[in-house]
Amino acid sequence: MTEPAEAIAWIFREEFGRVVASLVCRFGDIDVAEDAASEALLVALEKWPVDGVPPSPGGWLTTTAANRAIDRIRREQQRDAKHQAALMIHDDTPHEPTGVVEDDRLRLIFTCCHPALAPEARVALTLRLFGGLTVAEIAAAFLVSETTMAQRITRAKAKIKGAKIPYRVPSVDDLAERLAGVLTVVYLVFNEGYLASAGDEPIRAELADEALRLGRVLRSLLPDEPEATGLLALMLLTDARRASRVADGELVPLPEQDRGGWDHALITEGHDLVRECLARARETGRPPGRYQLLAAVNAVHTDAPSWADTDWHQIAALYDQLAVVDPGPVAALNRAIASAELDGPAVGLAEMDRLELTGYHAWHATRADLLRRLGRSAEARAEYDAAIAATDNSAERAFLSRRRGQLAG
Amino acid sequence: MTQYLLSVHHGVDEKLPPVEEMQPVFEAVDRFNQKLQGEGAWVFAGGLMPIDQATTVDNTGDKPIVTDGPYAESKEYLGGFWVIEAPDLDAALQWAKEGSQACRGKVEVRPFQGV
Repeated sequence: MTEPAEAIAWIFREEFGRVVASLVCRFGDIDVAEDAASEALLVALEKWPVDGVPPSPGGWLTTTAANRAIDRIRREQQRDAKHQAALMIHDDTPHEPTGVVEDDRLRLIFTCCHPALAPEARVALTLRLFGGLTVAEIAAAFLVSETTMAQRITRAKAKIKGAKIPYRVPSVDDLAERLAGVLTVVYLVFNEGYLASAGDEPIRAELADEALRLGRVLRSLLPDEPEATGLLALMLLTDARRASRVADGELVPLPEQDRGGWDHALITEGHDLVRECLARARETGRPPGRYQLLAAVNAVHTDAPSWADTDWHQIAALYDQLAVVDPGPVAALNRAIASAELDGPAVGLAEMDRLELTGYHAWHATRADLLRRLGRSAEARAEYDAAIAATDNSAERAFLSRRRGQLAG
Repeated sequence: MTQYLLSVHHGVDEKLPPVEEMQPVFEAVDRFNQKLQGEGAWVFAGGLMPIDQATTVDNTGDKPIVTDGPYAESKEYLGGFWVIEAPDLDAALQWAKEGSQACRGKVEVRPFQGV
């Protein structure tokens, strides 16, 4: 049996987060873990095409990488007698998952999302270490140069090591506060999976799945933290539409999606969670936060038989609430879309124009659609061009290009 | 264990409150210092006299040059500091939260280079 290099690289990427997290928690050093994981890939690329893929590739990669890390630490220990990491060579505890709380990846994500790190570094580090994204992909996702992103990641890793940011799930007292930072990062990972910033695959299912997995772990850890539940509900209700979202390599926007193709098990699960959040908000008098509101919006969408039959009043009300708890372009842009449905495209367009989110693909794409509906073809064409220029997602580009081509005159 | 510098900075234009208002701050810092010592986190600490008492020595050239005042124009100056020992940054940040509350100032946390 032979395995092409791409297949091995794919397995490696799937397993990367698990391997790295396990090694970081064992050896206490991200660079050691990353380098050892990369070395394990080289060994796999050499051996697997000959011997076949082992039954548990993740376990194989972790063991191989751990052995490489131990070799490296031994070498460094010989050079530097004071090297403390040598102590860890004698740690023979098995490193299989040992339950939710002890999940190495959860420990590492709290480190990656530590408040002592800059917000952009938290996301970058999480995508690098959990998503296995390359520095180039992360740089593209955040519209910065690869050099800048590499420096950002290097600096964050140096701070974790130098300032001794621990690999630990925070204590109960700090958990809620630290959670908000983690949720932001998980949602960004989900979005990168749901609408990839670049690359040949418009949807990176492995990232969306990883974010969902982390979302489930966070909810099970923090059942009384409604925003963790809200985020999980939001991701479930968004992910439920995944299969209908791309057809023939082209993005299918929500109004045109085949609603029969949605995953109704995920929708049911998401709706249950949203109801749970709403009931809790009523009980506690605590207004729902960002993720609960976005989940509620998606509950309305997934409840509607069609785009036209959507309860736009409720959507508008939810985005108005969101604008209060989390003012920002996303709330305003989506509120404008609701206005376009309630009061016509001209009203929606006027709201959009006030936002001036030049360079943000969703803003250009929405403006283009509203201009198209108003019959302003020349302006719509220019907006489609701007939207196409602002996205590297192949399916989104395909959809926008087709729409542009269908414009009258 | 790692040693961390917890430093407190004052603005150059910041006026120090009168002594009677400072008294509760001194007492709070005293209690904080005792807690640090009691829990074995204390290495060293001290408050500094204002920058108008600073002298700068530069012996990087041919001969030493002594000048009155701080070495660089700055909007802020070091007012005082603690050197503590902590197992990790979370523990150091916890001490910094208490220290900041006690001295009523922002506290910068920086690890020392390994020795």
